[in-house]
Amino acid sequence: MTQHAAILPILIPFAAALLQLAAKGYGVAAQRAIGMASALLGVCAALWLVQLADAGAVLVYALGNWSAPFGIVLAVDRLAAAMALLTALLSSAALLYASAGFDERGRHFHPLFQLQIFGLQGAFLTGDLFNLFVFFEVMLLASYALLAHGGGMARTRAGLAYVALNLAGSALFLIALGMLYGSLGTLNLADVALRLQAPGIDIALARLACVLLIAVFALKAALLPLSFWLPHAYAAAGAPVAALFVIMTKVGIVSILRVQAIALSPAAATTTDLLDGWLVPLALATIVFAALGALAAPRLRDLAAWLVLGSAGTLLVAPAFAQSTVTAAALYYLLQSTLVAATLFLLAEPIAERRGAFADAFKSGPVFHAPWLALAFLLAAASAAGLPPFAGFLGKLMLLSALRDSGSAVEIWSVLLISGLLVMMALARGGSRLFWARKPDMPPTAAPAVGWQRATAILLLVSPAILLALFARPVADYAARAAAQLHDPQAYIAAVLGAERANIAREARP
Amino acid sequence: MEPVHLLIAIIIVAFAASPLPLLLQRCGRGYAALAAALVMAACLTVLAPLVAPVMGGTTLLASFAWLPDWGLALSFRLDGLSLMFSLLILGIGLLVTLYAYYYLPKHDTLGRFYTLLLLFMAAMLGVVLSENLLLLVVFWEITSLSSFLLISYKRESHESRLAARIAFAVTGGGGLALFAGVLLLGHIAGSFELTQVLAAGEHIRNHDLYAPMLILVLLGAFTKSAQFPFHFWLPQAMAAPTPVSAYLHSATMVKAGVFLLARLHPALAGSELWFWVVSGTGAITLVYAAYIAFYRYDFKGLLAYSTISHLGLITLLFGLDTRLSAVAGVFHIINHAIFKASLFMAAGIVDHECGTRDMRRVNGLFKFMPVTATLAIVAAGSMAGVPLLNGFLSKEMFFAETVGHPVFDEMRWLLPAFATLAGILAVGYSARFIHDVFFNGEPIDLPRQPHEPPRWMRAPVEVLVVLCLLVGIFPQWSIAPILHVAASAVLQQELPAFHLAVWHGFNAPFLMSLVALGGGITLYALRHPLYAFYERLPSVHASIVFERFHNGLAGFSAALVNRLDNASLQRYLALFFTFVLALGGWAWFSAPASPLPVVTQPADAASIVALLMLALAAAGVVVLHRQRLAAIVFASVIGLIVALTFVRFSAPDLALTQLAVEVVSIVLLLLALHYLPPASPAEDSMQRIMRDAALASAAGVGLGAAAYAMLTSPFETISNFYLAQSVPGGGGSNAVNVILVDFRGFDTLGEITVLAMVGLAAHALLDKLILQAPTHDADGRLWARERHPLFLQMLMRPLLPLALMVSVFIFLRGHNLPGGGFVAGLVTGVALILQYLASGIGFAAARLPQRLPLFLAAGLAAAAGIGALSWLFGFPFLTTAHGHITLPLIGEIELASALVFDLGVYLVVVSVVLMVLAELGKLSLYHEEKT
Repeated sequence: MTQHAAILPILIPFAAALLQLAAKGYGVAAQRAIGMASALLGVCAALWLVQLADAGAVLVYALGNWSAPFGIVLAVDRLAAAMALLTALLSSAALLYASAGFDERGRHFHPLFQLQIFGLQGAFLTGDLFNLFVFFEVMLLASYALLAHGGGMARTRAGLAYVALNLAGSALFLIALGMLYGSLGTLNLADVALRLQAPGIDIALARLACVLLIAVFALKAALLPLSFWLPHAYAAAGAPVAALFVIMTKVGIVSILRVQAIALSPAAATTTDLLDGWLVPLALATIVFAALGALAAPRLRDLAAWLVLGSAGTLLVAPAFAQSTVTAAALYYLLQSTLVAATLFLLAEPIAERRGAFADAFKSGPVFHAPWLALAFLLAAASAAGLPPFAGFLGKLMLLSALRDSGSAVEIWSVLLISGLLVMMALARGGSRLFWARKPDMPPTAAPAVGWQRATAILLLVSPAILLALFARPVADYAARAAAQLHDPQAYIAAVLGAERANIAREARP
Repeated sequence: MEPVHLLIAIIIVAFAASPLPLLLQRCGRGYAALAAALVMAACLTVLAPLVAPVMGGTTLLASFAWLPDWGLALSFRLDGLSLMFSLLILGIGLLVTLYAYYYLPKHDTLGRFYTLLLLFMAAMLGVVLSENLLLLVVFWEITSLSSFLLISYKRESHESRLAARIAFAVTGGGGLALFAGVLLLGHIAGSFELTQVLAAGEHIRNHDLYAPMLILVLLGAFTKSAQFPFHFWLPQAMAAPTPVSAYLHSATMVKAGVFLLARLHPALAGSELWFWVVSGTGAITLVYAAYIAFYRYDFKGLLAYSTISHLGLITLLFGLDTRLSAVAGVFHIINHAIFKASLFMAAGIVDHECGTRDMRRVNGLFKFMPVTATLAIVAAGSMAGVPLLNGFLSKEMFFAETVGHPVFDEMRWLLPAFATLAGILAVGYSARFIHDVFFNGEPIDLPRQPHEPPRWMRAPVEVLVVLCLLVGIFPQWSIAPILHVAASAVLQQELPAFHLAVWHGFNAPFLMSLVALGGGITLYALRHPLYAFYERLPSVHASIVFERFHNGLAGFSAALVNRLDNASLQRYLALFFTFVLALGGWAWFSAPASPLPVVTQPADAASIVALLMLALAAAGVVVLHRQRLAAIVFASVIGLIVALTFVRFSAPDLALTQLAVEVVSIVLLLLALHYLPPASPAEDSMQRIMRDAALASAAGVGLGAAAYAMLTSPFETISNFYLAQSVPGGGGSNAVNVILVDFRGFDTLGEITVLAMVGLAAHALLDKLILQAPTHDADGRLWARERHPLFLQMLMRPLLPLALMVSVFIFLRGHNLPGGGFVAGLVTGVALILQYLASGIGFAAARLPQRLPLFLAAGLAAAAGIGALSWLFGFPFLTTAHGHITLPLIGEIELASALVFDLGVYLVVVSVVLMVLAELGKLSLYHEEKT
């Protein structure tokens, strides 16, 4: 069974989706049971995968038993395994939350949710660029349907922009892959890396193909100026859907990291400069823009969406440096910021229920008493603002130290710290308005109980703010090992292409 | 227990026990208070055994790993300075705990208050006990956060919340600067452990990064200690309940800044920059805040500004940077903590008993509360620097340090004059506090009748005032030992000789004290014209300025966000294309010139004509895109020419698929478009059209050029593998189909999942959607009433079995000849669509399976299931097997397991077409029922 470990996180949600489609007639309880079983199995499978990957070798799974570069392979290193685990954890919490009733607000929620996980896991685990495109499509379709789940004008409008823009991105992805295949003659990432170092390739064409690929990932990762869709879409989505979406920007970021580390940066001088000069300034601009957006956000869910954008910008600073320490810091930051932002989305809903017509708008509202919600908000907000002793602070600590000798430390430090202050101010204002500013003459709103599903989901997502800080060392060490492995492309290439990589049969054309 | 374990235990007890009051409050507010007091007492008890060694000059260290690779460790340090601060924090904490129990209203169960207080106290202990500088930053920011929650304790009040946010923004922001400064400091010193950092002073001061690091660290210290120009948060924070003020603004929060100056003194001090920045800031703050304090008529505000001024004094002392000035600084930290805590508490009593803090109304209280008044007067005397009180001693040391400071050789009078001026102002505001509140006639229109507070509410003040006297009269006996170890810890070297005594003889400092006392009293005597003058000055309220700044920034942000992001898809796409063009252009043109030959093929006339038609059709879509029907016809021309192109380049599979896709998608598009409103939206502006045209042309030319380059440049590819392995490895001679179902079957599985989701999404999105189909076309003509012409029906029905047979045929031959599950599915789909068009939804619905999602699932399950079957034989997912069988009529077919996979593809395609059809049909069914 160990040999199949790599594909389990992909196939489990897929199988669950099929079962759920088949079990349509047995009511929502059956759907939920299958979903939760899939979530549990998914977490177990991902944990197992992390353990296997942490042995140090890249796990290669050749689908259809066709070895790379001819067939599709999954290539699971520590980074991929960690992302699989994060996806599994986040989706489990989101699903549990949705099972409190959100899942009944439209059709096919459960199978679509599972297929969304299928897409995410595939995107993180695959080692083939065309296969990555396929999983991008899976994610896009599922996310579009999930975004619209529950209906409403805002969702439809945000969904339209989201899907249209992403379709343009998909078209470009396809064009980039065509160019890649037309210039390098291969689609496997490791083989692309190998080919980029080979003599006799059309360098201009290869550079163009790579940069178009990066542009598509940047669109997914919401790099300014391609980021405008994100706050609309995330703020419009239902709470558990938005929480799950937090990881979608990370697909773009991890893809950039991976393509840069494995294919672009080692190649002798033909593609090493492709991220230079533009990515860091735009990433910093994204951070500033997100911090300003957070300050202007009128509602908690908007604020959370801007925080997602800010953390995307922060993470996008990392790939340009292609340094192991920077990547390690970014990886830790990614884990904690994903979970924290998701928590804020989940919190927005029960808070809004308690404030009646004021919902989660930052305005004085009716009196309500919810100390646990307040505490959870405090933890998540403090971590999101990068305050100690929570994981957000440690993430920022690692990033700042790792980027100290980067050559643009002054700009990066200033942006990270000042945006941190702005976010802190925004959260302090938002939180004090939501929980404290009361209109005493307004009667309390009758709100549904938070319920065990939603409470557990919030607890699951907010506790890492503390746990990731408490056990920072093992996590940071894992991140360091993952980064070191990522920045050793020769080992990745050797694992994926095997010993015969120098003798891959290629035909010259035309 | 080992001393190091005790050291850790203090912090653990403080943090772990902080929720106790919250848990115990349900037993009564007394239990909450008791719990808080016990926690503090427990901390003191743990600390007790450590006092002796530290007083003996030992520095205790304890360290545990946290994040070693990044310099963060749980390492603690107990030396003289941390001991002195710990005692202040815990001692005054205990007094505040007792005081708050009486001060806060009876209906407050106090759990939240004491828990926050304990949390804050724990963080403060952490700050002073940290050996690791990053750990210090951790605790530093926890004090910011917990003070935010304490200041906003009266959370219903807008004023409190605003004050808390101001304090949070300033001190938290300063904390970020400190964070950066500490990161630099650790980098310079090569370690974040204080022991190493303090020993590396020389190296640090000579480092290139010294100046930025110092500024960042000082920003942290100055914001926390409310130094000018960051002082404004502190008076605002007076909105907090008085026990909070008494704690935060005497012994703790604001002292963290000067603690940092003391702590890092050996590492950072000793440079010109340090001297000018620290002493300059301290001096300005000292005089400016004292000046403002004199004019405050809210006595808590007066105390707030006096606190700022005294913090300025301490800062100035550390800035003067003589060894004795640092000793004086430490001494004044202690003295200020003692007298200011007692003053705040006394002020709180007055406020509590009178219901107002306005000194224009609170007068003549001496006769109502003589004991409290006496206590307050003694404490205020200490604040003014009256002899026999502790404040006098440290102020005297301060005066002595200003006289003959080495830097001001030319203008040696300047510093003493400045110090004396500050002394005069301090006496002035102290006199105002004493005289206005306790004398000065009768109280005016007080909300309550003042009287002495409960016995135990006054006790903390009594303790502190006794301390003022003890230190003031018997300094050598009471304070000298702890001051000695604390100052040694600050300087990290032998202390200069100094003698604490009330009487040092008639010298310059004593003269300055006399001038200050006399001047201060004169100043107070002249107060009325001065107040009148001050009243005429424009007043600035920090809270209003902050709120305006905050709202201005938020407003600016909102405007900026709306300016950049107008929620228009056109803009998003334009930005995307611009981005791609810029990036792609850069990547392309920055590449070295290609040495590869350009390989071209001759073009034949037919191809040229076809391509021209393609271009024309594309242009037609663009020009006619508002006339939807025409645009779709042009789009289908594009599709057909693409299919022809596939034929031209010997790709019959692709051509077949393209044709089938074209038919299905055009029909579905037409059905969907029927429901769009016939009127076209308003024309875009010419400017926008020009922009879009330019972008589109650039993108088109760019992509064309790239495609040309790609097609004419020689390259190496692995494609031959698929042709070579198609039959031996995949068991089929149609390489395209083998790629789809075998070599890259996983991609196909993903793509049919996408397709399946299209069906599900259509089902989910169009659910409950009600659209009104138009009755007229765009030109106002009525649509035909006859929906399903008989002719069409008669023609289509016999076509169905025929079409199904074709699709079976295409499906089965697919592995070897053009065809396959996807095309077969599309052919079936077209046949079913035709039935629907010909006979209407009523006819079709009755004959369609009810649960289409089940068919979807079955299709996906077939594809994935046959893939998983390979596990049984120990092969990876989707590994295929194949063999031959011969069927009558059809002949020999290659029976590969991939055939089952292809069947899955077929099922999914058919189900999705049917699902979309059913959804669109439901819309028209609604319409039919209505008509």
